[in-house]
Amino acid sequence: MLKTFNFRVIFEMMPQFLHGLGNTAWICLVALIGALLMGIISCVMRLSGKRLISFPAVAYIEMIRSTPLLAQLYFFYFGLPGLGIPLTETQTGIMALSLNSGAYTAEIIRAGIVSIPKGQLEAATASGLSLFQRLRYIILPQAIGVTIPALLGQMIVLVKDSALLALISVFELTRAGQLMASERFMPAEGFFTTAAFYLVIYFVLKFLSQQWQKRLIFQQDR
Amino acid sequence: MWGIYLHNLLDSFPFFLKGLWVTIQISALSLFMSTVCGFFLGIIRSTRTRSINIVLAAYVDIIRGTPFLVQIFIVFFILPEWGIQLDAFTSAVLSLTIYGTAYICEIVSGGIQTIPRGQTEAAVSSGLTWPQQMRYVIVPQALRPILPPLVGQYVLMIKDTAVVSVIGLTDVTRVGWFTVQRIPEGILVFGLVGILYFLICYPLVWFSNRLETMLSTEKSGLG
Repeated sequence: MLKTFNFRVIFEMMPQFLHGLGNTAWICLVALIGALLMGIISCVMRLSGKRLISFPAVAYIEMIRSTPLLAQLYFFYFGLPGLGIPLTETQTGIMALSLNSGAYTAEIIRAGIVSIPKGQLEAATASGLSLFQRLRYIILPQAIGVTIPALLGQMIVLVKDSALLALISVFELTRAGQLMASERFMPAEGFFTTAAFYLVIYFVLKFLSQQWQKRLIFQQDR
Repeated sequence: MWGIYLHNLLDSFPFFLKGLWVTIQISALSLFMSTVCGFFLGIIRSTRTRSINIVLAAYVDIIRGTPFLVQIFIVFFILPEWGIQLDAFTSAVLSLTIYGTAYICEIVSGGIQTIPRGQTEAAVSSGLTWPQQMRYVIVPQALRPILPPLVGQYVLMIKDTAVVSVIGLTDVTRVGWFTVQRIPEGILVFGLVGILYFLICYPLVWFSNRLETMLSTEKSGLG
């Protein structure tokens, strides 16, 4: 099987793959920031304890978690033009990814906040801090530290999910592989190269996650 | 305008149900097969035989590190080059099984690791053979940490079946994609697709959460 594997063409197509890799990277970074914002907002809303505020957040989280990303992506891709909202494919993709990942991020952050001892919250309230101050100085700094490994895990999922953007013709890693398959009739070379790039991203993120986990254990031991 | 579209959409509702049936078939087959394979590999992985473990860890990393979309492209476009002809349905089930097995293998071996060593030692000294230890002592206890994430994984896999629409299977996402060419209201069409998925997945999400609270309270009650 490796006899017919054409490495020369892979090198020829390398600029395209690198271009795709760059696009995947920045799309994921922007989507990650969006997801963090959505996650923090919907998580705080969910934990607010007031039905009227928490219900929209719960509905958002459950709706996103129970439907496939591809359906969400098509929903925005085919739906937004009808509503008169002109977004480019890339913008639509980033939006869908942020909303999708935001729901999962909300659950991760919630787990982090729940892990903070109740005494911390009581002390913060007793010190007369406002809700925003409690979040900014007491809750989030502690919650984020514990959740970093899970957030990096979510980042891995986000990178893999961004492959679906190839289906609405955003030029990223998978699209580069697809182009090689369709233009040069070399699906094996194209898709294995794509997979190799994703694996590199995966191992980097996994390594970071493990390092952080070690640090957390070390802190707890002290 | 929306009235006409809504009417058209209701007319094509039977197609959506047909698509849903394809989604359910693919999900059921691949869930079943990956559960069987995942438990098998997970139990093997938990025995900590070095050479097998290296192979299994590499398999899990490769599957977890690449998008499912790329995996299904590899199965569908590259296997034929090596002389293995598969139709779209078989490719879809095969790639979903390979994908799901890796995750379930991790869940199962992780669950088995939470069982205290004393249990294995007691089972060994009772004279049980290795299959008996697994069958009667270890796995039944490990089900408690395994079940909630397993159901969660089922939800993820059912959602990932949407991706098989790209190799031409008319599952419910593909039906939506066809319909949106005739009825150019993506919000309506994919809203309907979303509702159909929601009807399948939400009960499972709920069940997974329920299992988690149920099993964890039971644990603290015993401890």
